[in-house]
Amino acid sequence: MIKHEKAAILFRHALRRFSFLLCLGIAGALFSATLVRFAPGYGVQERELDPRWSAQSVEALRQEQVLHEGLASFYFHYLSALAHGDFGESDSLKRPVRELLAQRLPLTGNAIIRGLGVAWLAAALLAYLGLASRGWFYEASGTAVSSLLLSLPSAVIAMLAVHLRAPAFCAISVVVFPRLHRYMRSLLVRSYDQPHVLAARARGLGSVSIFWRHVLPLAMPPLLALLGVSFAIAFGAAIPIEALCDSPGLGQLAWQAALSRDLPLIVNVTLIVCLVMLAANALADLAGRAFAGDTQ
Amino acid sequence: MSPVQKAAALTLCLIFALMVFATIFVPAPYARQFRDVPNAGPSTAHPLGTDALGRDSLSRLLYGTRVSLLLAPAAALLSTLIAAVLGSAAGFLGGSFERIVLAVTDISLALPWLFLLLTVRAMLPLDVPPMASVIIAFLMMGLLGWQASVRVICAAARGVRDSDFLLLARSSGCKPARLLLCQVAPNLRPLFYAQFWISIPLFILTEANLSILGLGVMEPMPSWGNLLRGFEDFSAVAANPWRLVPLILLVIVVMCFQLVLPSQEVIQ
Amino acid sequence: MIRRVCVALTLTLVLCLPSFVGADSASQPGGELHFCLRGEPKTFNPLLVEEDASEAIRYLTGGVLIRLNRQTQALEPSLAVSWKVSPDGRTIKFWLRTGLHFSDGTPFTSDDVAYTMKALMDPQLHSPTGDSFRSGEGQVEIQAPSLDTVAVTFPAPVAGLERLFDQVAILSAHSPKKEMAVLGPFYVADYAPGSSVLLRRNTNYWKKDKDGKPLPYLDSIRLDIQRNRDIEVLRFRRGEIHLINALDAEYFDRLQKEMPAAAHDAGPGLDAEFMWFNQVPTAPLSEQKKNWFRATEFRKAISMAINRSDLSRVVFSGHAQPAFGPVSPANHFWFNSSLPVPQYDSVGALRLLAQAGFRLQDGTLRDSSGNRVEFTVITNSGNKSREQMVAMIQQDLSQIGIKVNLVTLDFPSLIERITRTYDYEACLLGLVNTDLDPNSQMNVWLSSAENHQWNPKQSKPATTWEAELDRLMHSQASATSDKKRKADWDRVQQIVAEQQPFIYLVNKDAMSAISPAVVGSAPSVLDPHAYWNADALRLGPDPALGAQK
Repeated sequence: MIKHEKAAILFRHALRRFSFLLCLGIAGALFSATLVRFAPGYGVQERELDPRWSAQSVEALRQEQVLHEGLASFYFHYLSALAHGDFGESDSLKRPVRELLAQRLPLTGNAIIRGLGVAWLAAALLAYLGLASRGWFYEASGTAVSSLLLSLPSAVIAMLAVHLRAPAFCAISVVVFPRLHRYMRSLLVRSYDQPHVLAARARGLGSVSIFWRHVLPLAMPPLLALLGVSFAIAFGAAIPIEALCDSPGLGQLAWQAALSRDLPLIVNVTLIVCLVMLAANALADLAGRAFAGDTQ
Repeated sequence: MSPVQKAAALTLCLIFALMVFATIFVPAPYARQFRDVPNAGPSTAHPLGTDALGRDSLSRLLYGTRVSLLLAPAAALLSTLIAAVLGSAAGFLGGSFERIVLAVTDISLALPWLFLLLTVRAMLPLDVPPMASVIIAFLMMGLLGWQASVRVICAAARGVRDSDFLLLARSSGCKPARLLLCQVAPNLRPLFYAQFWISIPLFILTEANLSILGLGVMEPMPSWGNLLRGFEDFSAVAANPWRLVPLILLVIVVMCFQLVLPSQEVIQ
Repeated sequence: MIRRVCVALTLTLVLCLPSFVGADSASQPGGELHFCLRGEPKTFNPLLVEEDASEAIRYLTGGVLIRLNRQTQALEPSLAVSWKVSPDGRTIKFWLRTGLHFSDGTPFTSDDVAYTMKALMDPQLHSPTGDSFRSGEGQVEIQAPSLDTVAVTFPAPVAGLERLFDQVAILSAHSPKKEMAVLGPFYVADYAPGSSVLLRRNTNYWKKDKDGKPLPYLDSIRLDIQRNRDIEVLRFRRGEIHLINALDAEYFDRLQKEMPAAAHDAGPGLDAEFMWFNQVPTAPLSEQKKNWFRATEFRKAISMAINRSDLSRVVFSGHAQPAFGPVSPANHFWFNSSLPVPQYDSVGALRLLAQAGFRLQDGTLRDSSGNRVEFTVITNSGNKSREQMVAMIQQDLSQIGIKVNLVTLDFPSLIERITRTYDYEACLLGLVNTDLDPNSQMNVWLSSAENHQWNPKQSKPATTWEAELDRLMHSQASATSDKKRKADWDRVQQIVAEQQPFIYLVNKDAMSAISPAVVGSAPSVLDPHAYWNADALRLGPDPALGAQK
């Protein structure tokens, strides 16, 4: 009986959380629609500079833009279409947005997950290495490498990736790694300086045992929070990197949509990115609380 | 102060001094074009060579240092302050306040702020002085760049909230504001410093990318961001290694900031 | 402990290694030409083409009645064996080749030409190709008296009528494949959105080489969608692509050093970079600035004070020529060679400004009311050569006491300012000219038109010289003899030189990169520079490729 009740409570809680996230995502998407609509350059097209078009054609083209003129009506139409699963049609590419998203999301998702995996592994190993050695050489070289990677423009990193024929996820891990490394290092240092760790060391416990049982649980909540953040950083980095490496993913789509002020596309891409980030962070939150023994 | 910290501080002071006294050192004004020697190598007249329009690279580097080194740390400070206040308050207070702050943070990470920046540019008159335009750009970056670290600070603040010494302070009758300022914030300082020094090169590079919107530094003013954009052509850089000097300088400054600020705190 | 960490580090590297090794290998030359499109093709319907990527596909797949030979600049029979334009310039009659078939086997007859022209001239269709033919109100009559003759009659004379048919790719009236059935050397076999377009040889292509062998020689053409020019050049250097159609000056120099046989400079092209001042009366500018920009002496003085040869030499590394008018000297027929070539003369500029009431005081130019002369130039961001040009103009004009500011804007914001809000002072842009005939620039020179950038959509001409320009453009549009049209167009160029509504700066060279593996290429000044004779290109063994691998 109690098990059923518990399951029901959990299910209700998950549903509430999920609908909350969905509402937030849609709010974010509509806010971005407002930003795009009122930014300069909305509704003008490069073709207006082409002298071959006749006056009537230019007028006809401008009339097409009237469709998105009223923001309130756009909200209404967008939400009602969304309720039917219709994401609308892209203005610049003239294809259904759902098709574009379905095509591009897996590629970007793949690149981000692999990029994050490599970055986390490398950051964790190097942070641990620096900690284990506690010498100035590791600290200095770690600092130098992080500083160098942070100072390179993402355009240069992307070009390096192309030059070395490395896939886009390598560029993403290079961008994410320095931001992770420093945080992880300071978190690990703080954790290792705790009195109970010192006591465990004095008792003669092995270093692996200390790491898994005493250091990691303390550092876990902020590390999981960092995981959520690194998702956001990776997404943010994916946009210029994909645009520069010309990898046909979501990032490149978002960049082109921004350049051509494609309202339906931008709104839907924002919605997807919002939902993914909210979901990733919610999961990281829950995991962190579970680790720390918090109950809802 | 440890020897490493002293060395880093000294280097920073040197670079700041160079920046302030730049006019004495420069061989020529940064905008002056020596059109007979574009893309020249180092020489007695031009110690770091010239750029594509024949302008002296050393002068451009020194003047660019002023813009980048004054404004990027200011923007980083602003964004770190916002992140620190929001993150520690959210983690400390918890409950619905924390949920709201984290939700707003997540959404604002996904939004296309590009369009807000475009709108800001459109609202500025075209003849706004270039320096004012750059200051506004860095201000916007500071106001928009705080999201990434709020979560981490919040989680750490949550951890501190549950610790023993805070319980002791609270039971002694400390007000929440004082708890936040005197107990929680000092324990989160390493995270604040981490955020600060990561942001500095980020903002320098973002300034270069903002020139796409007309908000960056405009010709003929130089900035590190502009100087760094020339690296996309590797073969040219490989053939002219003196062009790496702006990158090396930026890396040194970022390293010095990181080494100067204390990174480890012993928790009592 | 350290050992375990090192093992873990090695594992990490191993995770990444497979992606470094064996990345996409360059395509083997052996019948497939490989190059890049700079954007996504928006349509495969030849009637609706409006941007470069779709135009490239149309050029390679479309069969046209009359082809403009990009090298000789003369018109050649293509699907039409011969043609005749009536003396009044309104009717054109074609005699077509017989026995031809579309790529899917459907026979080609005059029905198809009639169908294409009807669709093109449909008032509901809005396309640059169709609009070029619209010379007046009224219906276009199309008659197909037999299977191999067709006559098209327009309501009013169309200037340069024959040349316009180079843009009209004939569609099939009966084929179930609609616009995918083509008469050109290649047809679209595969399209991966965001990635690439594959064109295969059309076995029904009518052309044969002088030995009677059917063209094209190539089996297929792969067009990758590659927006980034740095990456395009990188891939060319690696041998992954065979040509780059339009190369910028900075990449040209880089390539010339490494692969001198691959970099081709065909000489000054038709493209021009120019600057203009905002003369719109309702623009949100101060009155004094409006008065400056409307004064002819001001504009002429600015033009005289800009050192164009320095612009060509420094910004474009010598791969550009100073330009003084709307027509490039590469356009042999239409260029007015009798006009004097102005020299760079800042002293003369100051003299001219003094005539208009400007005075140079302490190194600052002031107008008759004592206001400092200062203005802002806008241009589009991301274009390094334009930013460099403005930086050089800043220095040139500072020598006559004028302060110039630069603001780069993203393209949509820029277009909004110059076409809607008119909130700008001066603008620097370039014109990509694909057509030799000046009639395509009708909407630039007519004062009532959209593209009359310095003061568009006037209800009546604001100045006498603009009224004269209107009269001349209408006259050349309805004139039937090329000589009369040339006389009108020469006068237009003269007025532009006297009034400087557009201050022309440089004509860029037509540069392209073609791998030595491509045999039969002949880079031309007209677009498409590198592959205009795609049906006669073939791939041979490339000695350079072996060394690169």
